[in-house]
Parts: sequence; structure tokens; C-alpha cells
Amino acid sequence: MSVPHDAGTPGGRFLHRLRGGLRLRHHKQVSCARPVERPVLPDVLIVPLQQHLGLPAQALVQAGDRVLKGQRLGEVDCSGGVSVHAPTSGTVRAIEHRPMSHPSGRSGPCVVIEPDGQDRWCEPSPVTDWQTREPRDLLDALCAAGVVGLGGAVFPTHQKASLGRVRGTRTLLLNGAECEPYISCDEMLMREEPHRVIDGARVLQRASGAEHVILAIEDQMGAVFDALQQAVGEATDIELVKVPAIYPEGGERQLIQVLTGQEVPADGLPADLGILVQNVGTAAAVADAVIRGRPLIERYVTVTGHGVAEPRNLLALIGTPVSHLVHHCGGYRDDADRLVVGGPMMGFSLRSDSEPVVKASNCLLVLSADDLRAPQPEMPCIRCGECARVCPAGLLPQQLQWQVRTGQWEAAADHHLRACIECGCCDFVCPSHIPLAAWFRHGKGQLKAQARERAAADHARERFDARAARLERQKQEKRERLAAKKKALRERSAAKKKTPVPNEEVRR
Amino acid sequence: MLIAVVTLLALGLLIGLGLGWAAVRFRVESDPVIDQIDAILPQTQCGQCGYPGCRPYAEAIASDEADINQCPPGGEAGIRALADLLGREPKPLNPENGEEQPTTVAVIDEQACIGCTLCIQACPVDAIVGAAKLMHTVIEQECTGCDLCLPPCPVDCIAMVIPDQDGTVWAWPEPGRPAAGGVQ
Repeated sequence: MSVPHDAGTPGGRFLHRLRGGLRLRHHKQVSCARPVERPVLPDVLIVPLQQHLGLPAQALVQAGDRVLKGQRLGEVDCSGGVSVHAPTSGTVRAIEHRPMSHPSGRSGPCVVIEPDGQDRWCEPSPVTDWQTREPRDLLDALCAAGVVGLGGAVFPTHQKASLGRVRGTRTLLLNGAECEPYISCDEMLMREEPHRVIDGARVLQRASGAEHVILAIEDQMGAVFDALQQAVGEATDIELVKVPAIYPEGGERQLIQVLTGQEVPADGLPADLGILVQNVGTAAAVADAVIRGRPLIERYVTVTGHGVAEPRNLLALIGTPVSHLVHHCGGYRDDADRLVVGGPMMGFSLRSDSEPVVKASNCLLVLSADDLRAPQPEMPCIRCGECARVCPAGLLPQQLQWQVRTGQWEAAADHHLRACIECGCCDFVCPSHIPLAAWFRHGKGQLKAQARERAAADHARERFDARAARLERQKQEKRERLAAKKKALRERSAAKKKTPVPNEEVRR
Repeated sequence: MLIAVVTLLALGLLIGLGLGWAAVRFRVESDPVIDQIDAILPQTQCGQCGYPGCRPYAEAIASDEADINQCPPGGEAGIRALADLLGREPKPLNPENGEEQPTTVAVIDEQACIGCTLCIQACPVDAIVGAAKLMHTVIEQECTGCDLCLPPCPVDCIAMVIPDQDGTVWAWPEPGRPAAGGVQ
């Protein structure tokens, strides 16, 4: 850890320089001006059974079942994923394949619920004595409550926290530095409900064994800082830090580098440095799950962009169709052109606004025709090196893109293609308009597929060898058995020449 | 003259001894080239190359008995990797050995299965479970899609299907191309 000595940052933490990155125009005030609202219940809620990284949950309900708010709809073993819960009370209309707000546009099993309008909760199951409970119990509660990383990666929180427990976590780093333009859901959460975030920090601290907590926010969130400071109170083990608003500083590895000066190894995890990073939204969900006993069924969603009439933040139920939220914000403007889930840098275009909000949906961005850059023809790379200058992972995008395009996967892996965080900075500055990040996303997928294939091949080889060894052994045993029989027979016939040969035995 | 001959002879003897010692001391048990070739082969164990498994084919390639373009499951990429490793020119897949096809897994129609155990004996990776006169089934994760269980089945109750990938292994497509298997 570096020595705290710097002035300027409250708490006196010395901030390190982020390698690369961009200063982008923020557009956050667009959605921060109006207060957070909870939209009325939609006519239908579509809850995908897979909203986390890992295995899909298995449905526990059937069409026609009545469910209560917070009731478990699907579950999966905690080593593979988390549970999914009913966002409101009502009737299960169907369990069917529907598009589930995924970049692929792919359909998956979803529980379709028709709300009964009563919004009746099931019995909450809080862990009342969480301060003294074993961390294991808290992690189990998080799994049962369906808590995943709400920053966008939706990695199961209990798995991430237990990873830190195995290797020893010293620092819990709460990430409130959402650096993508337009997205302000974390900022609004911290402004409206700072206590929930701090409560969540305490639970996570208990669950992970972290000695102290760093809560990082962007330097332009003035109101947030005051609200959080009030919530923290006199506690000395929670440190509030303002970091400069440079994209992609909200990335886990980038934030660690800025705060500690340490670099997470390309093939390692923050846990290797004794750091557990969680999004502030996740912390709030953790507090709900453990202290209030309420599962993750709603989240802050930013509905913004110049294509929507009244941009604002909403506290939306998971499963609400996107169109319902846009309608609540005054509907589309005439010049609305594209619907993006996530920010402008890393988000993906949604095919239809009937798709639901899922745990990963932090922002619905309705871009107007003016916002979109006219598609420029792609030109050859001129090796200007701008991409390498802005790359926060320290890679050489201009070199990598050749390797990915020509399928030189080994070379690309040697140049650490896997370390690419897909932030899109290289795209942004490329004067030749090469879709670099798209190539790298594709390339990373290829590397993963190859690794999977190789693992499968190794497994098959092992089984083939084992079978060959077994067949050889059986043959050998048979030969020995026959030899032993023959020998016995010969001895017997030598002793008593008249003994008839028992046919049955020889055949065996 | 004599000195030169003696010197060279002594030198030769010395180096010969050194080489002889090294040959014993640093002896390599198995040919590392075979392992490297085997690592590239897809381990389907399908026998389409004409050898009874991937390792025998690797041995045949290493001893120059077989060409590098006889493995359909490995496909063009496999041939290219072999060519790189062995310093040869890549060539197209030999059509006599078959065509490159998507990976499949075997599925047994359990209603039709008569429990003859012939497919169990044919499976190179023990991916089929069952007992005589009882239903058999394929362990999907273990199946390499080698097709070897198809010919022995007397009631033709085995089908090769493309495994169902439920969104867990989706990857981004190449830029400018539509997502493979994307919208349903």
C-alpha cells in the first residue's frame, strides 16, 4: 500500500495516475436533476432464470402458480449461480423462452408473471445477528437472496467474497465511480440511500473478513460525498475517496491501480492483492438481503439520453419491460433512434423494448439521431499508436487487431488479448474508425472457446488412455486365467490320465 | 603428420565418448514430437484418419507413415497447426478421410434401445452407460462425437445431434457479421 500524504483528496490518500483512459463529456446531470421514482406495476413481468454469470437457475414454480413478492422462482446450487425471485405478487402465466436482454439477442427460459396489484411480500428471512454470525452463513444468505454484482458483470457476490476469504481479504473496495457517460444510477443510490450502502459495506466486511473499507466516488459528486460522510459518521475504518472522473476508472483493475498503485496481474484477480471490489449497488443489495431479509428484486436504473422525454433514475422491478420504464419517463422523443442497455462505451443495442430489465441493466440509453456518429468507412490502420496511448490495460491494440483478424490466436494470447477490458477507448480515438473493441471481444471469445476445446480434448485423451489400459489389463488377466487353467488341467491329466476334460470350465 | 592423425583420433574418440555418454544420460523415453502432435489432435478418437485413435495417428505422422491432412474433426485449423509444428506446407483435408463437420454428440433413443451393449464396446471414451438387456444412455459431457457407436447399433436408435448450448457459451461474432445462432 502506498503512503498517504497527498493533499486535495479528503482522507489524505495519495492517488496514482491511471494509465491511458479518456476524459469524456459526462451527460450525467441529464438524469440527476429529477428525483428517483418507482414506476407503477407493469401489466406483465418477465423474469429470466439466468441473470448471473454461471449456470441458469431451475424453475421452482409452474404456470398457474400464485407467487408472493420475494418468493423464490428458481434456484441453482450456490457453486454455480444464485436464486431468482418474484419481483411482485401475482400469478405465473408461463415459463417460456423469451429474449432476455443479452447482447446476443438470445432467448432463454423466463418466468412470466402477471401482477395481482397487491404487491404482497412473503415472510422476510433476515439474519438478525449478522454481526456475530459466521461469514459462511452470510454468504449463503447472499446466494439465497440472488445477490450478484450490479456494476454490470453480474458475478455472484457470495462467490467473489468467498474467493477473498480463501486468500485473505484486507481491503473492501466499494466502487461508486461509475465512469461511463450518462449512467448515474450509483450516484443517485448513494445520494438517496447512503445508509443502505454503508450497511452493506459492514455486512460485506463481516462476510469477507476485510479490515477496512475504501469507498471510491468520482470527484464531481459533491452531494454524494456529504451524504456518505454523514452516513459513515465517526467510523474510522471506512475511508471515502474521490477519484478523478477519467474513463474507465470505474473498472475494477483500474480503480485498484489508482487507489493503491498496485497492478492486478493479467492472469490474476484483485483477491490476489487481498482486495475485494464490489459495486455500491451490490452493497445496498447485500444490506437488503442480510439485514432486511429481502432478495434482490429491484435496482436503480438510469433512463436517459436525448431520445427520451424526461430522463431520470427509476427504482425498477427486475423483469419490468423496458418500454414500461421509457413510458414512465415521458416516452420516446420523435428523434429517438437507438435503444442501448448500459453506457455509450460498453453498452449493447437492444433489439426490442419489450425485453425486460435484468440485474445487469444499469442504464437504458435512448440515443437520438444527433447523438450517433454517422458510420464512417473503415480505413487501414496507419499505426499512429493513439490506441496504445489510451489503452488502460497497457496493450498494443494496433498489433492485436492484426493478430485477431488473421486468426493468429497464439500470438494474440502472447500479447495478452485476455487482459483487454473491452472499454472501447481504442475505438474512440482510432482515426481510421476500426472497430477495435468489437474485434477484441470476438477474439477473447475465440480464445475461451479454444481453451474449452483443449480441456475437452485432454479429458477425452485421459478417458481413451484409461480405456486402452483397462482393455489391455483385461486381456492380460484372461490370458493368465487361461494359462492357469491349462496348467491345472495338464497336471490333473498327468496325475489321472482318465479324467475327462470338463468342457464348461475351459470355455470360461 | 603422425601428430595430426593421433590428435584427430584422440579428439574423435573423446567426442564419441562424450556423445555416447550423453545419449545414455539424456535419453528421451518417448518421442516429444509425438506428444506435441497428439496435443494438437482433437482427441475425438474417431478413427477417420485410418488409425485406431489420435495417439496412433500422431505416431504415424511422426514416423512419416501418414500425412498431416487426414483428420476431419481437427479441420483446416488442425492441419495448419500441424504444418506449423512440423515445418511443412499446409494442404487441404484429404476427402477420403471425410469432411469437417460441426461437433456433435450421440443421443440414444431410449425407447428403441434393446440393450445389446454393442455401442458400449465401440465407444472409445466410455461415454455410454448401460447393461445387457437394459436401456443404454450417453453421458453428453464425455461424448466426443466420433460416430463409432452408429454402425454397430442393430436397431439404429442412435442419432448424432448438435449439442444444445443454453446461452452459457455465447461469444461475440466477428464485427460486421450477424451473431451465429443469435436471434431465435
